[in-house]
Amino acid sequence: MSKKHLEISQVSIEFPTPSGPFKALDGVNLSIKEGEFVSLIGHSGCGKSTVLNIVAGLYKATTGGVILDGKEVNEPGPDRAVVFQNHSLLPWLTAYENIELAVKQVFKGKKSKEEMKEWIEHNLNLVHMDHAMHKRPSEISGGMKQRVGIARALAMEPKVLLMDEPFGALDALTRAHMQDSLIEIQQRLNNTVIMITHDVDEAVLLSDRIVMMTNGPAATIGEILEVDLPKPRNRVTLANDSQYNEYRAAVLKFLYERQRNPEEKVA
Amino acid sequence: MNARVMSMIESKFMTKLLSLSKPEKINWDGFFKKTVNKVGVPLMAIGIFLAIWGAVASQIQTSLGQVPGPTKVWEQTVALYEEHKVERTKEAAFYERQEKRNVAKLAANPEATIKVRAYTGKATFFDQILTSIITVMTGFIIASLIAIPVGIICGLSPTVYNALNPLIQTFKPVSPLAWLPIVTIIVSAVYITDDPMFSKSFVNSAITVTLCSLWPTIINTTVGVSSMDKDLLNVSRVLRLSWFTHITKIVLPSSVPMMFAGLRVSFGIGWMVLIAAEMLAQNPGLGKFVWDEFQNGSSDSLARIMVAVVTIGLIGYVLDQFMLMLQRSVSWDKSAVLR
Repeated sequence: MSKKHLEISQVSIEFPTPSGPFKALDGVNLSIKEGEFVSLIGHSGCGKSTVLNIVAGLYKATTGGVILDGKEVNEPGPDRAVVFQNHSLLPWLTAYENIELAVKQVFKGKKSKEEMKEWIEHNLNLVHMDHAMHKRPSEISGGMKQRVGIARALAMEPKVLLMDEPFGALDALTRAHMQDSLIEIQQRLNNTVIMITHDVDEAVLLSDRIVMMTNGPAATIGEILEVDLPKPRNRVTLANDSQYNEYRAAVLKFLYERQRNPEEKVA
Repeated sequence: MNARVMSMIESKFMTKLLSLSKPEKINWDGFFKKTVNKVGVPLMAIGIFLAIWGAVASQIQTSLGQVPGPTKVWEQTVALYEEHKVERTKEAAFYERQEKRNVAKLAANPEATIKVRAYTGKATFFDQILTSIITVMTGFIIASLIAIPVGIICGLSPTVYNALNPLIQTFKPVSPLAWLPIVTIIVSAVYITDDPMFSKSFVNSAITVTLCSLWPTIINTTVGVSSMDKDLLNVSRVLRLSWFTHITKIVLPSSVPMMFAGLRVSFGIGWMVLIAAEMLAQNPGLGKFVWDEFQNGSSDSLARIMVAVVTIGLIGYVLDQFMLMLQRSVSWDKSAVLR
């Protein structure tokens, strides 16, 4: 739990634009322990997704880099599975086949056919989707698709699970339900998770640490909040917990006082 | 008040009557509406079209007599079918005679060399239809086998796309009539065998169809592949799929709708091109039939050409419906409305 697991050091990134390079991130430093749940929070456009994509290996940092278990990250791979915001399931495959594609890729030669089948079903079970495993994405609801997306990521047995606003497109009730599921899964598997969110409650409820980002351009980490609440957490009992509300207030203060929405600033 | 009660009684009576008349609960109302929309309306439109055709045709006098109306064209359709039957009977008789002759020859002298000749009668309208369909299929299949891989490569690699795009855009608008002389001369220079499997005219027509029906498939496949959902590409990258799995599991399925749209346009163009090529080059097929009738210039010629026109259209329609069926069977999105 205490050894250095994932190290993001001095990460900056510039994107070329017609009017010269645009510096999106500047000097991001973050060290994450194994089994830790970290949320990235900030206003839209502050580069949260960019940080995640750099860790995933989908973007390459202009300077600095990411080290996972002593190895530099320079390309995407299943050890850093990503749960995308809009599920990104292949629409022509069933839930089972979507996970199968990932499992076959990761456990080729390591698991027998029978073991793979069991593993796929186990992961669908974990997200409570075993009843609809032979349905295509178009036949299931948004929340269910996101569950399958999570199951696909979990099935890769990633060292780090990267979630890009995984529940952002869901309605409030479904979202709460999914958060509870995620708490339950994390409790069982103790994955290292980096999750992007713009929902303060979600961040406090789920995270061990909340990383608050400043507004771009040249965004960086503004403040890190340790959330020292006992796990597993329950949203109903926490609602009246003074500690919980203090954490919430701290994040809100950062977001709405110290880092005002850039669009408001212009106006 | 009275009226309301009356209408209530009436409606009750009606429901009772209806429930009596249809114990298995067929939705006659819906069925009727659907039939009218799907069958009645098109039939009416065709009827109006035939009426206008007949009325206009009777007003125009040509060097070959009056422009034929629907009745005349139908008469010629029947006549063409009769000719076909007669020709078939002649053919059967020819083979029978030949067979008899050969048997007799062998009976007289077992060492005798016998000759088996193919019947060389005139190709009927229906023979020409078959020739045209086989030719267009061949040309189209060759074109698709080239165009789909090229389209996929162009879609995946912007460099290849930039390299090939000017060529594609240049050759795309070239008329089949311009390709044909080139194809004819090259084929007669290159395709030289003692025992040709296909006739030269067939090769000429098929290659011309290929050259003209390549482009829409290439362009549409390129667009389909390059406009793939970026998230799905990222999924592929995170999973580190091999290029083969990437193509078969992600690229192909997601570009199938666009690809088929291209294939159908290609097929339509191929069919149009074929008729023109057959006319110009006197290659066997429906195009030749039209040209022969035009040269013939009898009083039936115009009606016979019109039979060919309608046939060409109907075959094109049927083949397109066949493609649509194929598209439906390979399309993963069963909810999409395909027309």
